Amino acid sequence: MSAGWSWYVILLVVSNIIGCTALLWWTSKKAKGNEGTSHIWDGDITEYDKPLPRWWINLFYITIVFSIAYMFWYGGFGSYNGFSSWTSQSEHATQKAAGDARLAEAFRPYDGKPIDELARDAQAVALGRSIFTNQCATCHGSAGQGAIGYPNLTDTVWHWGGTPADILQTVLHGRNAVMPSWSEALTAMGGANAVEDVTTYVLWMTDPSLAATNGDAIARGRGLYANVCAACHGADGKGMTALGAPDLTDDYWLYGRSRAAIREGIERGRNGSMPAQEGLLGETRSRLAAAYVWTLSQQ
Amino acid sequence: MSNTNENKNPHEKIEKNVGLLAVLIAVALSFGGLAEIVPLMYQAEAIEPLPGMKPYPALELAGRDVYIREGCYNCHSQMIRTLRFETERYGHYSLAGESVYDRPFQWGSKRTGPDLARVGGRYSDDWHRVHLINPRDVVPESNMPSFPWLAENAVDPQQVTRHMRALKKLGDPYTDEDLAGVAQAVEGRSELDAMVAYLQGLGRYAPKGN
Repeated sequence: MSAGWSWYVILLVVSNIIGCTALLWWTSKKAKGNEGTSHIWDGDITEYDKPLPRWWINLFYITIVFSIAYMFWYGGFGSYNGFSSWTSQSEHATQKAAGDARLAEAFRPYDGKPIDELARDAQAVALGRSIFTNQCATCHGSAGQGAIGYPNLTDTVWHWGGTPADILQTVLHGRNAVMPSWSEALTAMGGANAVEDVTTYVLWMTDPSLAATNGDAIARGRGLYANVCAACHGADGKGMTALGAPDLTDDYWLYGRSRAAIREGIERGRNGSMPAQEGLLGETRSRLAAAYVWTLSQQ
Repeated sequence: MSNTNENKNPHEKIEKNVGLLAVLIAVALSFGGLAEIVPLMYQAEAIEPLPGMKPYPALELAGRDVYIREGCYNCHSQMIRTLRFETERYGHYSLAGESVYDRPFQWGSKRTGPDLARVGGRYSDDWHRVHLINPRDVVPESNMPSFPWLAENAVDPQQVTRHMRALKKLGDPYTDEDLAGVAQAVEGRSELDAMVAYLQGLGRYAPKGN
Protein backbone atom coordinates (compact mmCIF):
# COMPACT_ATOMS: atom_id res chain seq x y z
CA MET A 1 0.00 0.00 0.00
CA SER A 2 1.42 3.38 -0.93
CA ALA A 3 2.01 6.01 1.76
CA GLY A 4 -0.83 8.12 0.37
CA TRP A 5 -3.39 5.33 0.65
CA SER A 6 -2.03 4.40 4.02
CA TRP A 7 -2.63 7.91 5.34
CA TYR A 8 -6.04 7.92 3.69
CA VAL A 9 -7.02 4.79 5.64
CA ILE A 10 -5.47 6.10 8.87
CA LEU A 11 -7.38 9.34 8.50
CA LEU A 12 -10.67 7.51 7.97
CA VAL A 13 -10.10 5.12 10.87
CA VAL A 14 -8.99 7.81 13.30
CA SER A 15 -11.78 10.20 12.35
CA ASN A 16 -14.24 7.36 12.70
CA ILE A 17 -13.01 6.52 16.21
CA ILE A 18 -12.99 10.18 17.23
CA GLY A 19 -16.42 10.66 15.69
CA CYS A 20 -17.88 7.69 17.58
CA THR A 21 -16.33 8.87 20.83
CA ALA A 22 -17.66 12.40 20.34
CA LEU A 23 -21.12 11.10 19.52
CA LEU A 24 -21.11 8.96 22.66
CA TRP A 25 -19.89 11.84 24.80
CA TRP A 26 -22.49 14.15 23.34
CA THR A 27 -25.40 11.71 23.82
CA SER A 28 -24.28 10.97 27.38
CA LYS A 29 -24.68 14.60 28.40
CA LYS A 30 -27.79 15.47 30.31
CA ALA A 31 -29.92 17.72 28.21
CA LYS A 32 -29.96 21.22 29.69
CA GLY A 33 -33.24 22.85 30.55
CA ASN A 34 -36.06 21.42 28.55
CA GLU A 35 -35.77 17.64 28.37
CA GLY A 36 -38.52 17.11 25.88
CA THR A 37 -37.92 15.59 22.46
CA SER A 38 -40.87 17.50 21.08
CA HIS A 39 -42.67 14.17 20.74
CA ILE A 40 -45.97 14.62 22.54
CA TRP A 41 -48.87 12.25 22.25
CA ASP A 42 -52.46 12.74 23.32
CA GLY A 43 -51.68 16.22 24.50
CA ASP A 44 -49.80 15.30 27.62
CA ILE A 45 -47.63 12.21 27.08
CA THR A 46 -44.16 13.55 26.45
CA GLU A 47 -41.10 11.63 25.40
CA TYR A 48 -38.07 12.89 27.29
CA ASP A 49 -34.59 13.20 25.86
CA LYS A 50 -32.71 11.38 28.61
CA PRO A 51 -29.15 10.13 28.21
CA LEU A 52 -28.47 6.38 28.06
CA PRO A 53 -27.76 4.73 31.41
CA ARG A 54 -24.16 5.20 32.47
CA TRP A 55 -23.27 1.49 32.45
CA TRP A 56 -24.55 1.23 28.92
CA ILE A 57 -22.48 4.20 27.74
CA ASN A 58 -19.45 2.72 29.46
CA LEU A 59 -19.90 -0.51 27.52
CA PHE A 60 -19.67 1.53 24.34
CA TYR A 61 -16.51 3.24 25.61
CA ILE A 62 -15.04 -0.21 26.28
CA THR A 63 -15.68 -1.27 22.69
CA ILE A 64 -13.81 1.82 21.52
CA VAL A 65 -10.85 1.03 23.75
CA PHE A 66 -10.99 -2.56 22.49
CA SER A 67 -11.01 -1.43 18.85
CA ILE A 68 -7.95 0.76 19.39
CA ALA A 69 -6.08 -2.08 21.10
CA TYR A 70 -7.20 -4.48 18.35
CA MET A 71 -5.93 -2.20 15.63
CA PHE A 72 -2.56 -1.76 17.30
CA TRP A 73 -2.26 -5.54 17.78
CA TYR A 74 -3.44 -6.73 14.34
CA GLY A 75 -2.71 -3.58 12.37
CA GLY A 76 -5.68 -1.50 11.31
CA PHE A 77 -3.97 1.80 10.62
CA GLY A 78 -3.11 1.86 6.90
CA SER A 79 -0.04 -0.18 6.11
CA TYR A 80 0.94 -0.52 9.78
CA ASN A 81 1.27 -4.26 10.48
CA GLY A 82 0.54 -4.18 14.19
CA PHE A 83 2.55 -5.45 17.17
CA SER A 84 1.74 -9.07 16.37
CA SER A 85 2.54 -8.78 12.62
CA TRP A 86 -0.31 -11.24 12.11
CA THR A 87 -1.29 -12.19 8.55
CA SER A 88 -3.55 -14.97 7.34
CA GLN A 89 -0.65 -16.22 5.19
CA SER A 90 1.72 -16.51 8.14
CA GLU A 91 -0.99 -18.18 10.21
CA HIS A 92 -1.50 -20.65 7.37
CA ALA A 93 2.24 -21.24 7.05
CA THR A 94 2.50 -21.99 10.76
CA GLN A 95 -0.44 -24.38 10.70
CA LYS A 96 0.84 -26.03 7.57
CA ALA A 97 4.33 -26.50 8.98
CA ALA A 98 2.88 -28.10 12.10
CA GLY A 99 0.50 -30.31 10.08
CA ASP A 100 3.15 -31.28 7.56
CA ALA A 101 5.54 -32.24 10.35
CA ARG A 102 2.92 -34.57 11.84
CA LEU A 103 2.10 -36.02 8.43
CA ALA A 104 5.77 -36.47 7.59
CA GLU A 105 6.20 -38.35 10.84
CA ALA A 106 3.21 -40.55 10.09
CA PHE A 107 4.41 -41.35 6.58
CA ARG A 108 8.16 -41.48 7.18
CA PRO A 109 8.24 -45.22 8.02
CA TYR A 110 6.93 -45.93 4.50
CA ASP A 111 9.35 -43.75 2.49
CA GLY A 112 10.68 -45.65 -0.50
CA LYS A 113 9.49 -49.02 0.80
CA PRO A 114 8.69 -51.59 -1.87
CA ILE A 115 5.02 -51.99 -2.67
CA ASP A 116 4.80 -55.69 -1.78
CA GLU A 117 6.33 -55.00 1.60
CA LEU A 118 3.81 -52.20 2.26
CA ALA A 119 1.02 -54.50 1.16
CA ARG A 120 1.86 -56.88 4.00
CA ASP A 121 1.75 -54.05 6.59
CA ALA A 122 -1.84 -53.66 7.79
CA GLN A 123 -1.32 -50.09 8.92
CA ALA A 124 0.23 -49.07 5.61
CA VAL A 125 -2.69 -50.62 3.76
CA ALA A 126 -5.14 -48.76 6.02
CA LEU A 127 -3.37 -45.48 5.25
CA GLY A 128 -3.34 -46.36 1.57
CA ARG A 129 -7.03 -47.07 1.73
CA SER A 130 -7.85 -43.67 3.23
CA ILE A 131 -5.70 -41.96 0.61
CA PHE A 132 -7.50 -43.98 -2.08
CA THR A 133 -10.91 -43.02 -0.72
CA ASN A 134 -9.96 -39.35 -0.72
CA GLN A 135 -8.25 -39.16 -4.04
CA CYS A 136 -9.00 -42.13 -6.29
CA ALA A 137 -12.52 -43.25 -5.37
CA THR A 138 -14.11 -40.46 -7.41
CA CYS A 139 -13.36 -42.39 -10.60
CA HIS A 140 -12.47 -45.89 -9.52
CA GLY A 141 -15.28 -46.20 -6.98
CA SER A 142 -15.11 -46.35 -3.22
CA ALA A 143 -14.20 -50.05 -3.32
CA GLY A 144 -12.08 -49.84 -6.47
CA GLN A 145 -14.84 -51.44 -8.50
CA GLY A 146 -14.50 -48.91 -11.36
CA ALA A 147 -17.16 -47.64 -13.73
CA ILE A 148 -17.68 -47.40 -17.47
CA GLY A 149 -14.41 -45.93 -18.70
CA TYR A 150 -12.70 -46.30 -15.32
CA PRO A 151 -10.91 -49.56 -14.72
CA ASN A 152 -11.98 -52.02 -12.09
CA LEU A 153 -8.98 -52.38 -9.78
CA THR A 154 -10.20 -55.44 -7.92
CA ASP A 155 -9.77 -57.94 -10.75
CA THR A 156 -6.62 -59.27 -12.39
CA VAL A 157 -7.01 -57.45 -15.70
CA TRP A 158 -4.49 -54.61 -16.02
CA HIS A 159 -4.26 -52.57 -19.21
CA TRP A 160 -1.02 -50.95 -18.11
CA GLY A 161 0.40 -53.85 -16.17
CA GLY A 162 -0.44 -55.14 -12.72
CA THR A 163 2.95 -55.61 -11.15
CA PRO A 164 3.67 -53.42 -8.11
CA ALA A 165 6.13 -51.40 -10.20
CA ASP A 166 3.56 -50.86 -12.98
CA ILE A 167 0.89 -49.75 -10.55
CA LEU A 168 3.27 -47.36 -8.81
CA GLN A 169 4.25 -45.92 -12.18
CA THR A 170 0.57 -45.46 -13.04
CA VAL A 171 -0.23 -43.71 -9.77
CA LEU A 172 2.84 -41.47 -9.75
CA HIS A 173 2.94 -40.40 -13.36
CA GLY A 174 -0.53 -41.12 -14.73
CA ARG A 175 -1.44 -42.86 -17.98
CA ASN A 176 -2.89 -41.60 -21.23
CA ALA A 177 -4.63 -44.01 -23.52
CA VAL A 178 -3.95 -43.20 -27.15
CA MET A 179 -6.48 -45.12 -29.20
CA PRO A 180 -6.96 -42.78 -32.17
CA SER A 181 -10.06 -42.41 -34.26
CA TRP A 182 -9.81 -44.96 -37.07
CA SER A 183 -12.95 -44.25 -39.07
CA GLU A 184 -11.18 -42.30 -41.83
CA ALA A 185 -8.24 -44.64 -42.22
CA LEU A 186 -10.42 -47.75 -42.15
CA THR A 187 -12.97 -46.32 -44.56
CA ALA A 188 -10.17 -45.40 -46.98
CA MET A 189 -8.85 -48.94 -46.80
CA GLY A 190 -11.96 -51.04 -46.64
CA GLY A 191 -14.89 -48.97 -47.83
CA ALA A 192 -17.95 -47.69 -46.07
CA ASN A 193 -18.48 -50.87 -44.05
CA ALA A 194 -14.91 -51.10 -42.78
CA VAL A 195 -15.62 -49.93 -39.22
CA GLU A 196 -18.56 -52.31 -38.97
CA ASP A 197 -16.43 -55.18 -40.31
CA VAL A 198 -13.65 -54.58 -37.81
CA THR A 199 -16.25 -54.31 -35.03
CA THR A 200 -17.67 -57.67 -36.06
CA TYR A 201 -14.19 -59.18 -36.15
CA VAL A 202 -13.41 -57.88 -32.66
CA LEU A 203 -16.71 -59.25 -31.36
CA TRP A 204 -15.92 -62.57 -33.01
CA MET A 205 -12.70 -62.84 -30.98
CA THR A 206 -14.74 -63.47 -27.86
CA ASP A 207 -17.79 -64.95 -29.57
CA PRO A 208 -16.80 -67.49 -32.25
CA SER A 209 -20.47 -68.29 -32.91
CA LEU A 210 -20.62 -65.10 -35.00
CA ALA A 211 -18.64 -66.93 -37.69
CA ALA A 212 -21.73 -68.84 -38.77
CA THR A 213 -23.65 -65.73 -39.80
CA ASN A 214 -20.96 -63.10 -40.37
CA GLY A 215 -18.24 -65.07 -42.12
CA ASP A 216 -17.59 -62.47 -44.83
CA ALA A 217 -17.55 -59.50 -42.49
CA ILE A 218 -15.15 -61.32 -40.17
CA ALA A 219 -12.83 -62.14 -43.04
CA ARG A 220 -12.79 -58.52 -44.22
CA GLY A 221 -12.40 -57.31 -40.65
CA ARG A 222 -9.51 -59.68 -40.07
CA GLY A 223 -7.55 -58.12 -42.94
CA LEU A 224 -8.20 -54.59 -41.74
CA TYR A 225 -7.41 -55.55 -38.16
CA ALA A 226 -4.05 -56.96 -39.21
CA ASN A 227 -3.23 -53.73 -41.04
CA VAL A 228 -4.43 -51.24 -38.47
CA CYS A 229 -5.17 -52.63 -35.02
CA ALA A 230 -2.60 -55.40 -34.66
CA ALA A 231 0.21 -52.87 -34.21
CA CYS A 232 -0.99 -52.18 -30.65
CA HIS A 233 -3.52 -54.87 -29.83
CA GLY A 234 -1.34 -57.63 -31.25
CA ALA A 235 -2.05 -60.01 -34.11
CA ASP A 236 -3.76 -62.35 -31.67
CA GLY A 237 -5.66 -59.51 -29.95
CA LYS A 238 -3.87 -60.05 -26.67
CA GLY A 239 -3.05 -56.36 -26.28
CA MET A 240 0.13 -54.70 -25.14
CA THR A 241 0.52 -53.36 -21.63
CA ALA A 242 3.42 -51.07 -22.62
CA LEU A 243 0.93 -49.03 -24.66
CA GLY A 244 -2.09 -49.68 -22.49
CA ALA A 245 -3.72 -51.50 -25.40
CA PRO A 246 -6.32 -53.81 -23.86
CA ASP A 247 -6.57 -57.51 -24.46
CA LEU A 248 -9.52 -57.99 -26.83
CA THR A 249 -9.86 -61.69 -26.18
CA ASP A 250 -10.76 -61.60 -22.49
CA ASP A 251 -14.09 -60.77 -20.92
CA TYR A 252 -13.15 -57.37 -19.47
CA TRP A 253 -14.37 -54.40 -21.50
CA LEU A 254 -13.61 -50.97 -20.10
CA TYR A 255 -16.31 -49.30 -22.19
CA GLY A 256 -18.62 -52.27 -22.42
CA ARG A 257 -18.78 -55.16 -24.88
CA SER A 258 -21.80 -54.04 -26.87
CA ARG A 259 -21.41 -53.62 -30.62
CA ALA A 260 -22.19 -49.91 -30.20
CA ALA A 261 -19.48 -49.39 -27.56
CA ILE A 262 -16.81 -51.19 -29.59
CA ARG A 263 -17.83 -49.41 -32.74
CA GLU A 264 -17.66 -46.07 -30.96
CA GLY A 265 -14.16 -46.87 -29.73
CA ILE A 266 -12.97 -47.64 -33.25
CA GLU A 267 -14.76 -44.70 -34.81
CA ARG A 268 -13.88 -41.98 -32.32
CA GLY A 269 -10.94 -43.43 -30.46
CA ARG A 270 -10.55 -43.77 -26.73
CA ASN A 271 -8.42 -41.42 -24.72
CA GLY A 272 -8.94 -42.42 -21.15
CA SER A 273 -6.54 -40.63 -18.92
CA MET A 274 -5.30 -41.33 -15.45
CA PRO A 275 -3.95 -38.10 -13.92
CA ALA A 276 -0.48 -38.14 -12.37
CA GLN A 277 -0.71 -38.12 -8.60
CA GLU A 278 2.88 -37.41 -7.60
CA GLY A 279 2.36 -33.65 -7.66
CA LEU A 280 -0.88 -33.95 -5.74
CA LEU A 281 -0.05 -36.63 -3.18
CA GLY A 282 3.72 -36.74 -3.08
CA GLU A 283 5.83 -39.87 -3.48
CA THR A 284 5.13 -41.69 -0.25
CA ARG A 285 1.38 -41.24 -0.28
CA SER A 286 1.25 -42.30 -3.93
CA ARG A 287 3.22 -45.36 -2.92
CA LEU A 288 0.78 -46.18 -0.12
CA ALA A 289 -2.19 -45.75 -2.46
CA ALA A 290 -0.47 -48.02 -5.00
CA ALA A 291 0.13 -50.63 -2.30
CA TYR A 292 -3.55 -50.57 -1.35
CA VAL A 293 -4.57 -50.88 -5.00
CA TRP A 294 -2.24 -53.81 -5.46
CA THR A 295 -3.77 -55.62 -2.46
CA LEU A 296 -7.20 -55.29 -4.10
CA SER A 297 -6.12 -57.58 -6.92
CA GLN A 298 -4.29 -60.02 -4.64
CA GLN A 299 -7.32 -61.28 -2.75
CA MET B 1 -48.91 13.69 17.81
CA SER B 2 -48.31 17.38 17.84
CA ASN B 3 -45.31 19.55 18.26
CA THR B 4 -45.74 22.16 20.85
CA ASN B 5 -42.17 22.18 22.02
CA GLU B 6 -40.43 25.33 20.95
CA ASN B 7 -37.01 24.34 22.20
CA LYS B 8 -35.83 22.43 19.13
CA ASN B 9 -33.46 19.61 19.82
CA PRO B 10 -31.00 18.38 17.18
CA HIS B 11 -32.79 15.02 16.68
CA GLU B 12 -35.67 16.82 15.23
CA LYS B 13 -33.92 18.18 12.17
CA ILE B 14 -32.93 14.66 11.13
CA GLU B 15 -36.18 13.04 12.10
CA LYS B 16 -38.21 15.42 10.04
CA ASN B 17 -35.98 15.51 6.97
CA VAL B 18 -35.85 12.18 5.14
CA GLY B 19 -33.33 13.43 2.59
CA LEU B 20 -30.89 14.51 5.28
CA LEU B 21 -31.48 11.24 7.14
CA ALA B 22 -30.63 9.25 3.98
CA VAL B 23 -27.47 11.27 3.37
CA LEU B 24 -26.28 10.81 6.94
CA ILE B 25 -27.00 7.06 6.83
CA ALA B 26 -24.99 6.81 3.61
CA VAL B 27 -22.11 8.70 5.24
CA ALA B 28 -22.19 6.42 8.28
CA LEU B 29 -22.23 3.29 6.12
CA SER B 30 -19.54 4.46 3.73
CA PHE B 31 -16.66 4.44 6.20
CA GLY B 32 -16.04 0.71 6.00
CA GLY B 33 -16.12 0.63 2.22
CA LEU B 34 -13.98 3.73 1.85
CA ALA B 35 -11.32 2.31 4.15
CA GLU B 36 -11.38 -1.34 3.01
CA ILE B 37 -12.54 -1.43 -0.61
CA VAL B 38 -11.45 1.79 -2.29
CA PRO B 39 -7.68 1.39 -1.59
CA LEU B 40 -7.84 -2.18 -3.03
CA MET B 41 -8.95 -0.77 -6.36
CA TYR B 42 -5.55 0.85 -6.66
CA GLN B 43 -3.45 -1.88 -5.10
CA ALA B 44 -1.19 -3.79 -7.49
CA GLU B 45 -1.57 -7.09 -5.66
CA ALA B 46 -5.30 -7.07 -6.25
CA ILE B 47 -5.46 -5.79 -9.80
CA GLU B 48 -2.40 -7.26 -11.52
CA PRO B 49 -2.54 -10.78 -12.95
CA LEU B 50 -0.19 -13.45 -11.67
CA PRO B 51 2.98 -13.76 -13.76
CA GLY B 52 2.36 -15.35 -17.15
CA MET B 53 -1.41 -15.26 -16.74
CA LYS B 54 -3.50 -14.82 -19.86
CA PRO B 55 -7.20 -14.08 -20.25
CA TYR B 56 -9.53 -17.01 -20.98
CA PRO B 57 -9.14 -18.59 -24.43
CA ALA B 58 -12.31 -18.56 -26.54
CA LEU B 59 -13.56 -22.03 -25.67
CA GLU B 60 -12.96 -21.57 -21.95
CA LEU B 61 -14.68 -18.20 -22.06
CA ALA B 62 -17.70 -19.91 -23.60
CA GLY B 63 -17.54 -22.57 -20.90
CA ARG B 64 -17.42 -19.91 -18.23
CA ASP B 65 -20.66 -18.43 -19.60
CA VAL B 66 -22.25 -21.87 -19.34
CA TYR B 67 -20.93 -22.22 -15.79
CA ILE B 68 -22.63 -18.96 -14.83
CA ARG B 69 -25.82 -19.72 -16.76
CA GLU B 70 -26.26 -23.08 -15.06
CA GLY B 71 -25.66 -21.50 -11.68
CA CYS B 72 -22.72 -23.72 -10.77
CA TYR B 73 -21.59 -21.02 -8.34
CA ASN B 74 -24.63 -21.77 -6.20
CA CYS B 75 -23.02 -25.00 -5.04
CA HIS B 76 -19.35 -24.64 -5.98
CA SER B 77 -17.00 -21.99 -4.67
CA GLN B 78 -13.78 -20.99 -6.40
CA MET B 79 -12.04 -19.58 -3.39
CA ILE B 80 -9.62 -21.57 -1.28
CA ARG B 81 -9.15 -19.85 2.03
CA THR B 82 -5.89 -19.59 3.97
CA LEU B 83 -6.80 -22.51 6.18
CA ARG B 84 -4.69 -25.63 6.25
CA PHE B 85 -7.55 -28.09 5.96
CA GLU B 86 -8.57 -26.32 2.75
CA THR B 87 -5.15 -26.11 1.16
CA GLU B 88 -4.52 -29.74 2.12
CA ARG B 89 -7.58 -30.77 0.16
CA TYR B 90 -7.63 -28.34 -2.74
CA GLY B 91 -4.14 -26.90 -3.21
CA HIS B 92 -2.61 -23.47 -2.75
CA TYR B 93 -4.94 -20.83 -1.33
CA SER B 94 -6.51 -18.45 -3.83
CA LEU B 95 -4.69 -15.23 -4.67
CA ALA B 96 -6.27 -11.95 -5.73
CA GLY B 97 -4.22 -11.90 -8.93
CA GLU B 98 -5.91 -15.08 -10.17
CA SER B 99 -9.27 -13.37 -10.52
CA VAL B 100 -8.34 -10.29 -12.50
CA TYR B 101 -9.85 -11.65 -15.73
CA ASP B 102 -12.98 -12.90 -13.99
CA ARG B 103 -15.86 -10.57 -14.63
CA PRO B 104 -17.61 -11.23 -12.38
CA PHE B 105 -15.47 -13.46 -10.18
CA GLN B 106 -16.86 -16.89 -9.27
CA TRP B 107 -15.65 -17.07 -5.69
CA GLY B 108 -19.07 -18.12 -4.48
CA SER B 109 -20.00 -18.52 -0.86
CA LYS B 110 -21.54 -21.95 -0.60
CA ARG B 111 -20.11 -25.42 -0.96
CA THR B 112 -22.69 -28.09 -1.54
CA GLY B 113 -20.12 -29.50 -3.93
CA PRO B 114 -16.36 -29.11 -3.61
CA ASP B 115 -14.37 -25.98 -4.35
CA LEU B 116 -13.35 -25.84 -8.02
CA ALA B 117 -10.56 -23.26 -7.98
CA ARG B 118 -7.91 -25.95 -8.58
CA VAL B 119 -9.97 -28.62 -10.31
CA GLY B 120 -8.12 -28.30 -13.64
CA GLY B 121 -6.18 -31.47 -14.45
CA ARG B 122 -7.49 -33.31 -11.44
CA TYR B 123 -9.84 -35.44 -13.52
CA SER B 124 -9.69 -36.45 -17.15
CA ASP B 125 -11.78 -34.79 -19.86
CA ASP B 126 -13.75 -38.01 -20.21
CA TRP B 127 -14.52 -38.04 -16.53
CA HIS B 128 -15.93 -34.52 -16.76
CA ARG B 129 -18.05 -35.45 -19.77
CA VAL B 130 -19.60 -38.43 -18.05
CA HIS B 131 -19.92 -36.56 -14.79
CA LEU B 132 -21.64 -33.49 -16.25
CA ILE B 133 -24.12 -35.58 -18.23
CA ASN B 134 -24.93 -37.78 -15.27
CA PRO B 135 -22.83 -37.44 -12.10
CA ARG B 136 -24.19 -40.74 -10.72
CA ASP B 137 -22.40 -42.65 -13.49
CA VAL B 138 -19.05 -41.97 -11.85
CA VAL B 139 -19.99 -40.94 -8.32
CA PRO B 140 -22.95 -43.08 -7.22
CA GLU B 141 -23.58 -41.01 -4.07
CA SER B 142 -23.47 -37.62 -5.84
CA ASN B 143 -26.41 -35.23 -5.49
CA MET B 144 -25.31 -32.94 -8.29
CA PRO B 145 -27.95 -32.34 -10.98
CA SER B 146 -27.44 -33.81 -14.46
CA PHE B 147 -26.74 -31.44 -17.33
CA PRO B 148 -27.48 -33.63 -20.37
CA TRP B 149 -28.40 -30.71 -22.63
CA LEU B 150 -24.83 -29.39 -22.59
CA ALA B 151 -23.81 -32.06 -25.09
CA GLU B 152 -26.61 -31.06 -27.44
CA ASN B 153 -26.16 -27.27 -27.42
CA ALA B 154 -23.59 -25.79 -29.73
CA VAL B 155 -21.44 -22.83 -28.71
CA ASP B 156 -22.36 -19.67 -30.61
CA PRO B 157 -19.13 -18.17 -32.03
CA GLN B 158 -20.71 -14.75 -32.46
CA GLN B 159 -21.73 -14.60 -28.83
CA VAL B 160 -18.21 -15.51 -27.74
CA THR B 161 -16.72 -12.92 -30.08
CA ARG B 162 -18.98 -10.23 -28.67
CA HIS B 163 -18.11 -11.26 -25.15
CA MET B 164 -14.40 -11.18 -25.90
CA ARG B 165 -14.68 -7.78 -27.60
CA ALA B 166 -16.44 -6.38 -24.56
CA LEU B 167 -13.73 -7.74 -22.26
CA LYS B 168 -11.10 -6.22 -24.54
CA LYS B 169 -12.80 -2.84 -24.19
CA LEU B 170 -12.63 -3.27 -20.42
CA GLY B 171 -8.88 -3.74 -20.68
CA ASP B 172 -8.34 -7.50 -20.86
CA PRO B 173 -5.31 -8.06 -23.11
CA TYR B 174 -7.01 -9.89 -25.98
CA THR B 175 -5.36 -9.36 -29.34
CA ASP B 176 -7.08 -8.89 -32.69
CA GLU B 177 -5.88 -12.40 -33.58
CA ASP B 178 -7.66 -13.76 -30.51
CA LEU B 179 -10.87 -12.13 -31.67
CA ALA B 180 -10.41 -13.34 -35.24
CA GLY B 181 -9.67 -16.85 -34.01
CA VAL B 182 -12.82 -17.25 -31.92
CA ALA B 183 -14.91 -18.74 -34.70
CA GLN B 184 -12.29 -21.36 -35.46
CA ALA B 185 -11.73 -22.19 -31.80
CA VAL B 186 -15.37 -22.82 -30.93
CA GLU B 187 -16.75 -23.93 -34.30
CA GLY B 188 -18.65 -27.17 -33.95
CA ARG B 189 -17.93 -27.44 -30.24
CA SER B 190 -20.72 -28.21 -27.81
CA GLU B 191 -21.34 -26.45 -24.54
CA LEU B 192 -20.08 -29.63 -22.92
CA ASP B 193 -16.72 -29.21 -24.70
CA ALA B 194 -16.60 -25.60 -23.57
CA MET B 195 -17.46 -26.47 -19.99
CA VAL B 196 -14.81 -29.20 -19.83
CA ALA B 197 -12.22 -26.80 -21.28
CA TYR B 198 -13.15 -24.19 -18.69
CA LEU B 199 -12.98 -26.65 -15.79
CA GLN B 200 -9.67 -28.06 -16.97
CA GLY B 201 -8.26 -24.53 -17.08
CA LEU B 202 -9.22 -23.67 -13.50
CA GLY B 203 -6.14 -23.18 -11.35
CA ARG B 204 -3.80 -23.23 -14.34
CA TYR B 205 -1.86 -20.23 -13.11
CA ALA B 206 -2.08 -21.03 -9.43
CA PRO B 207 1.10 -21.61 -7.46
CA LYS B 208 1.92 -25.31 -7.37
CA GLY B 209 1.84 -27.27 -4.15
CA ASN B 210 -0.13 -26.12 -1.17
